[in-house]
Amino acid sequence: MSSQAASPVSRADERFRALRRLIPGSRYVSVLVTLGLLIAMFIAGSARYRGFASGQVVLNLFVDNAFLIVLAVGTTFVIVTGGIDLSIGSVVALSTMIAASLLRAGWPPLVVIAIVLLAGSTLGLLVGLVIHYFDIQPFIATLAAMFFARGLCYVISLDAISISDPFFVAMAQTRIPVGGGMQITPSVIIAVLAVIVAFVVLHYTRMGRTVYAIGNGGQSAMLMGLPVTRTKILVYVISGFCAALGGVLFTFYTLSGYSLTAVGMELDAIAAVVIGGTILTGGSGYVLGSVLGVLVLGLIQTIISFEGTLSSWWTKIVIGALLLIFVVLQRLFIARRR
Amino acid sequence: MSEPAPVVQMRGISIAFPGVKALDGVDFRMFAGEVHSLMGENGAGKSTLIKALTGVYEVDTGSIVLDGRPLSVNGPAQAQEAGISTVYQEVNLLSNLTVAENILLGREPRKRGVIDWKAMRARASDLLSGLNLDIDPASLLGEHSLAVQQLVAIARAIDVQAKVLILDEPTSSLDADEVAELFRVIRGLKQRGVAILFVSHFLEQVYEISDRLTVLRNGRFVGEYLTDEILRIELVHKMIGKEVAVLEGLDHKTHASASASASAGDGDGESKPLIQAIGLGSRGSIAPFDLDVYEGEVVGLAGLLGSGRTELARLLSGVDHADSGELSIDGVAARLRTPRAALRKRITYSSENRRSEGIVEDLTVRDNIVLALQADRGWFRRIPKKRQDELAASYIQALNIRPPDPDALIRNLSGGNQQKVLLARWLAVAPRLLILDEPTRGIDVGAKAEIQKLVAELADNGMSVIFISAELEEVLRLSHRIAVMRDREKIADIANDDVSVGQVMTLIASGAEE
Repeated sequence: MSSQAASPVSRADERFRALRRLIPGSRYVSVLVTLGLLIAMFIAGSARYRGFASGQVVLNLFVDNAFLIVLAVGTTFVIVTGGIDLSIGSVVALSTMIAASLLRAGWPPLVVIAIVLLAGSTLGLLVGLVIHYFDIQPFIATLAAMFFARGLCYVISLDAISISDPFFVAMAQTRIPVGGGMQITPSVIIAVLAVIVAFVVLHYTRMGRTVYAIGNGGQSAMLMGLPVTRTKILVYVISGFCAALGGVLFTFYTLSGYSLTAVGMELDAIAAVVIGGTILTGGSGYVLGSVLGVLVLGLIQTIISFEGTLSSWWTKIVIGALLLIFVVLQRLFIARRR
Repeated sequence: MSEPAPVVQMRGISIAFPGVKALDGVDFRMFAGEVHSLMGENGAGKSTLIKALTGVYEVDTGSIVLDGRPLSVNGPAQAQEAGISTVYQEVNLLSNLTVAENILLGREPRKRGVIDWKAMRARASDLLSGLNLDIDPASLLGEHSLAVQQLVAIARAIDVQAKVLILDEPTSSLDADEVAELFRVIRGLKQRGVAILFVSHFLEQVYEISDRLTVLRNGRFVGEYLTDEILRIELVHKMIGKEVAVLEGLDHKTHASASASASAGDGDGESKPLIQAIGLGSRGSIAPFDLDVYEGEVVGLAGLLGSGRTELARLLSGVDHADSGELSIDGVAARLRTPRAALRKRITYSSENRRSEGIVEDLTVRDNIVLALQADRGWFRRIPKKRQDELAASYIQALNIRPPDPDALIRNLSGGNQQKVLLARWLAVAPRLLILDEPTRGIDVGAKAEIQKLVAELADNGMSVIFISAELEEVLRLSHRIAVMRDREKIADIANDDVSVGQVMTLIASGAEE
């Protein structure tokens, strides 16, 4: 009817829209706030401490937090569906224990890594199945998995086991130069790869979009014929896998297995994800935001270590305050949109 | 001339749920390029029939033929493949994703295994412009109005090359302009030969858009009519199920005393209304209305389901908030922000959803009775056990609640007795205005009569009552005055003397044209 008359208008409109797409919309606000905060913190740090404003300080954020980035990636999947995974800290500890004990028994390192990843994914699969088929709250199911994994650590050994396997030692000590005298570790490359894969999966596959669809809540995703069951379970497998991978990276970092390690690390991951702009009720969030969240946490620690006189407990206090601010921000933001 | 073969032919469909025959030998057919309205009151079997067609429910007996072939589907996904698309009553889409995703997710174009966003937006854009909807497919669905979301749902439904499009109450959240836009789209689809099943409570819209009607009542097929050939009044009769002649004989019996006391009230020339609403309304819910309720008066609300009866009651009782108009109580302007505020003014509302908004299933009869009174006192001033027992015992006796056991769990009582317990709950706070929304729905005849009798007695003792019921006889029998509702609007306010059910029906069917 009016389609011919409308087409030049819509062509111009299309251009306008393409332009507008470049301007970050409201849905990126929380991520941008985090980015702004990160930059502000870095500028403040550079002004205050000598030697702070260097590329290596930035790269060290990645080096020291590679494992946390991987954990935050897995947690992003879970939280976007509206779930939560409390077991990942314990799974990290379990991964270090499995790796250390098998290496001590003389297993080849690549087989050990494969076993660790398989163990983490399997635990995630079990959690996902329990959550879906028994309709259990993710909080409770993953809490059970948390105690289970932690308990398994003690079954393996009560004491710390140090790692002297040459491959692991090499992974811990290798420094890859990136120019300008700066360097990173292999773990950083693994973590960045994990982020890229997660980004593609979340934004460019049906599975990823279904993750968001589930997070919208209600029956809509199911009524639209999306594979809800499969995706919901898969999300916990991904989280378990990421926890195990994070555990491997953590082993590279510490070169030991210890039952009591990584206590509360799941909460660091959740905090990073929330600071990165993902809403705990699900349905929105970005994996790149979660990376920014991890970097914010890391930068707080860096600043406190540069300060020198401050106790490391200040890290926790600042993280607590930041979390509160972000959650309130999100709340205000959602309230305004309604 | 023989008619063309129907696209959908359902014959002798019966579906039984435990204890209920939801559909009993229903016939239904649809033709290509026609809008077919499915009509019936609540519980008539409309949604069951739709769900039979979309494969959500299995039919016990009967046959469904689509395009000359027997149809057997297991669930909505298969129905969609067979060419039957459904837009559900509430918009069932994903507000956190983009418009394009909402249209195409599950069928998204892919390139080398990953979603091709550009192609996806282009395809969505095409579909949207086909509906004359000019919105950015990359925008979030949640940013758009409900009307646009509804159209997006339709875009999703027609993308699958539907032969049959089912629209269940698509207009319930739209305003007049948006409805006009939707109808334009429906007409376009009609021209493309799509058979459209339209369900709406709005008679106006049914008459405007549909070519054919099928009326169901109590799970039975009443008849199929061409819209042009059936008068509204006839249609309403078919839906409600009483012939005019029968109905006219029914009244006059009981409201003699009622009108007597009403005129006594009128005689008090200077009596002020207990509550007075002037232009009270809420956009998208109910058009502004005026309403006075005097002391000791029973005002009946008559209208079809979805006509705005409940919405009016919710505005008066602080459940919903008015965005226009004024409400005064005893001549003093009042704003009721919560049901609790209404309770303080001694206005109580008993919801039509007895189960979800009335009883607390896991509590005893006694607990349910004292609930409102306790809430009114505040939780720190607990009603003494002895007083609770007295209250429960007296109401159980006065209202003849069976079993007469205050410790029985309310969920084990029959519907009628649950309703009596709810009445007791509200009576315990000594309301000045009691709003009863469908207090007699689904309860047996004996209990119904008792409740009606009680309402009359309460009014005689000076309590004001707003009485909502789908049964016009009941409204007429009890009310001193009747407010007639249609299409979310109060269209008439008549004193109940010598009013017949037929007259009220005529108003409901065609008020605007009078």
